Amino acid sequence: MTEPTVYELSAAGRCGLALPEIAVPKTNLPEALLRRDNGLPELAQRDVVRHFLKLSQHNFGVDSGFYPLGSCTMKYNPKVCEDAARLDGFAASHPLQPPETVQGNLALMFELQESLKEIGGFAGVSLQPAAGAQGELTALLMMRAWHADRGETQRRQVLIPDSAHGTNPASATMAGLDALEIPSDTRGNIDLEALRAACDETVVALMLTNPNTLGLFEEGIEAAIDLVHGCGGLVYGDGANMNALTGIARPGDFGIDLMHYNLHKTFGTPHGGGGPGAGPLGASAALADYLPGPIIARCGEGAADDGTCRPVMPAKSIGRMGTYFGNFGMLVRAYAYIRLHGTEGLRQNAIHAVLNANYLRVQLADRYPVPYDRRNMHEFVCEGRPDGSEVRAIDVSKRLMDYGFHPPTNYFPLIVAEALMIEPTETESRETLDAFADAMRRIADEAIGDPDLLRAAPHTTPVGRLDEVRAAKQLILCDPAAPDTED
Amino acid sequence: MAMTYLPHTEADRTAMLRAIGVATPEELFDDVPAALRCPDLDLPPPCSEMELAREMRDLAGRNDIPEPGYCFLGAGAYHHYCPATVDYVLQRGEFYSSYTPYQPEISQGMLQAMFEYQSMICRLTGMEVSNASHYDGATALAEGVLLALNASKRSRTRVIVSPGVHPQYRNVVRTYLSGTDAEIIGDEAPQADIEALTARLDDQTAALVVQYPDFFGQFAPLDGLADTVHAAGALLIVVTDPIALGLFRPPGAYGADIVVAEGQSLGSPPSFGGPHLGVFATRRAHVRNLAGRLVGETVDPEGRRGYVLTLATREQHIRRARATSNICTNAALVALAATVYLATLGKSGLKRVAELCYHNSHYAAARIAELPGLSVNPQAPQRPFFQEFVVALPRPVAEVNRALRDGYGITGGYDLGRDYPHLQHHMLLAVTEMNPRPAIDRLVDGLRHANA
Repeated sequence: MTEPTVYELSAAGRCGLALPEIAVPKTNLPEALLRRDNGLPELAQRDVVRHFLKLSQHNFGVDSGFYPLGSCTMKYNPKVCEDAARLDGFAASHPLQPPETVQGNLALMFELQESLKEIGGFAGVSLQPAAGAQGELTALLMMRAWHADRGETQRRQVLIPDSAHGTNPASATMAGLDALEIPSDTRGNIDLEALRAACDETVVALMLTNPNTLGLFEEGIEAAIDLVHGCGGLVYGDGANMNALTGIARPGDFGIDLMHYNLHKTFGTPHGGGGPGAGPLGASAALADYLPGPIIARCGEGAADDGTCRPVMPAKSIGRMGTYFGNFGMLVRAYAYIRLHGTEGLRQNAIHAVLNANYLRVQLADRYPVPYDRRNMHEFVCEGRPDGSEVRAIDVSKRLMDYGFHPPTNYFPLIVAEALMIEPTETESRETLDAFADAMRRIADEAIGDPDLLRAAPHTTPVGRLDEVRAAKQLILCDPAAPDTED
Repeated sequence: MAMTYLPHTEADRTAMLRAIGVATPEELFDDVPAALRCPDLDLPPPCSEMELAREMRDLAGRNDIPEPGYCFLGAGAYHHYCPATVDYVLQRGEFYSSYTPYQPEISQGMLQAMFEYQSMICRLTGMEVSNASHYDGATALAEGVLLALNASKRSRTRVIVSPGVHPQYRNVVRTYLSGTDAEIIGDEAPQADIEALTARLDDQTAALVVQYPDFFGQFAPLDGLADTVHAAGALLIVVTDPIALGLFRPPGAYGADIVVAEGQSLGSPPSFGGPHLGVFATRRAHVRNLAGRLVGETVDPEGRRGYVLTLATREQHIRRARATSNICTNAALVALAATVYLATLGKSGLKRVAELCYHNSHYAAARIAELPGLSVNPQAPQRPFFQEFVVALPRPVAEVNRALRDGYGITGGYDLGRDYPHLQHHMLLAVTEMNPRPAIDRLVDGLRHANA
């Protein structure tokens, strides 16, 4: 079943694309700067197509089947949004063209900013961050600058619940700040007493994911925000789980100062096998001037507003977080997605995401213990040790592949042993959820009757369980079949 | 109400609510403070797919895009030919609707493709290790600078950056470093050459950053530079252009420690600046300090070859506050486009594309140099260049560009005066394989009349 690599398929003299002859008078090449061999493989076009078609058949996406990867919101990606991003007027537009020649792009970005402000309850939005983690780093740099402008440079602590995504503490470090972990309480909320004890004049911000990574709405959200604001700190919302709240509640209304949106989760842009995504950042009125730019503004105000737009840098902007205008192609898809849904559609998404997750939790809780067994939002976390068996979450996950499902997120959040984090999303049918629950129950039976069947799983994939320890030890990161070049 | 993307029937909803033990969907949100629940949102009303398709066509149509071949604007984002194979592969739902391949047995396709991407990037750049992508070239550079600072265990806090590095990349690196005590120097002198930059190397310098070919399209000599930088205990970081590497010696051959590039040219359209592709390659010595995903080869219990994400202990989901970076989502699908692009063109194809860019741009430069009142690369007339060159004009760049657009249907070059005070009335033109001879001749004609 092993597919050869492009280097193994290579044969000297082949080429997959005919290119034009050089039609202008030639200029001498600077010989000393030339290489003899650029090290690329040589394949005919048919070989290229068969190769990548085969590889695609060895990959599983939302379009292949159920993909309940918790915290990643693997929902269906509407195909019309793909078509939109490929329109020549968008795809062929150059980011440095004069603004008057790209008014379609700027209008789309302006409208998307307005929609995201409205959905999250924020005064300003920058579309520049390329991913959620970059949105976090952006926000931390903004908050740092905001405190510095108030003369409070002693603030270095970023408070982060122990259930948070790893990106939160990693972003704090990149921003030159110190992450301080705050424990969760017995109901899965941030522990308010521990938070109170940490709130002092050294606090930059609390980073809060709500619903949190247990899929639970923070019951003490208002008290937590008051505590942090009370000590002069700010509150950052990690918007990774915003799909549970669109049209239901606006983080800005709770007093969240900054929050990133994951367009590739909440607003249906595809995950691309790991990216690209987009992580636009919403900001309260106090922080909007610090947003990275350019952001898009209308040229005129009131009667002078003729609908034309221009890029501007916010007054106290921390600067650029990437080249040009962020991941514009993803912005096109998200704009289209919001237009297809409207307010009620987005609200129904949240309702059905929460309905599906609760339905699945109720189906599974008697076989897979749910440590925080209360009503959840868009996802829930259970232990991958059915009925007290000896198998591990990873064994259950690998066995799920044999039943035709992508596994849930494994071993996260860290505060649940053998965690399986399950997020069905709103686009899955009751039949699919029932089939998944049925497979999980059968796997629970197997875990008791034939645990080695699980430990040896998967059995039906192109390769069996891969040796990750060996990969890290031998560290083959480049194809041995790729010939060395002398350059 | 029937919702296109929600498969639930009324009977489903009723049965599911009963199974959960609630009477209405609203009860599922009891934890949300009631006063803040279900605000009225002022969003445009929803539209049908057909209406949306029309609206998107209208919006895209409001952009003024020149005929293919008549855009001469580059400055970091380029029009190159994209073979049909690329989008054929990108449109496979198995690829684009998947996420990071945490579960390797069900994700071998993406993992092998990323392994092939890493392999081809290593060969192309002349380096030993490539990761599986960053957001764009600028953030790849920022991560490279952070790697260099960390390699010195933060005992060194200065990074020398050439003014010939893309101005926006320099902005991004400054933003990334704004939370640290590290400092960027070197580019405050807009005409600083390599000698002037190396003169500033000292025991506080973590890295020296140059671009090759630089923002102006020119190759400043790299011979011996790595030795000088290494003698000071610093790392050499080179920003490069992957198309140029089809023909020209790679930074790895000059001893670079880190090579970064914007990979958009490899099979992706400019798309108003994103999503693009951050290429990142380095030496094996730095592999454990590397940011981002890495794919490695391994075997299954039967000895069959397979691929997995590896060295995850560097990454945020394992190492949290002590991770090498916060990066999670990257640019995998754009890296897949680059993989298919490079596999399709291959050794001779990429070389031919680079030759076309070289000869077309030199033809354009030679013809423009003949125009009265205009000069080409006046600051460095003898220096070799690749696909971009500087034109000094007798008039403001914006005026000339307007005349080119209105009279000739041409998108002109980048106004260098925006970033370089000494380059007022200087335009940066990009000529690639996409600009055929008649389009170049029309550009020359337009420049002659616009500057008469």
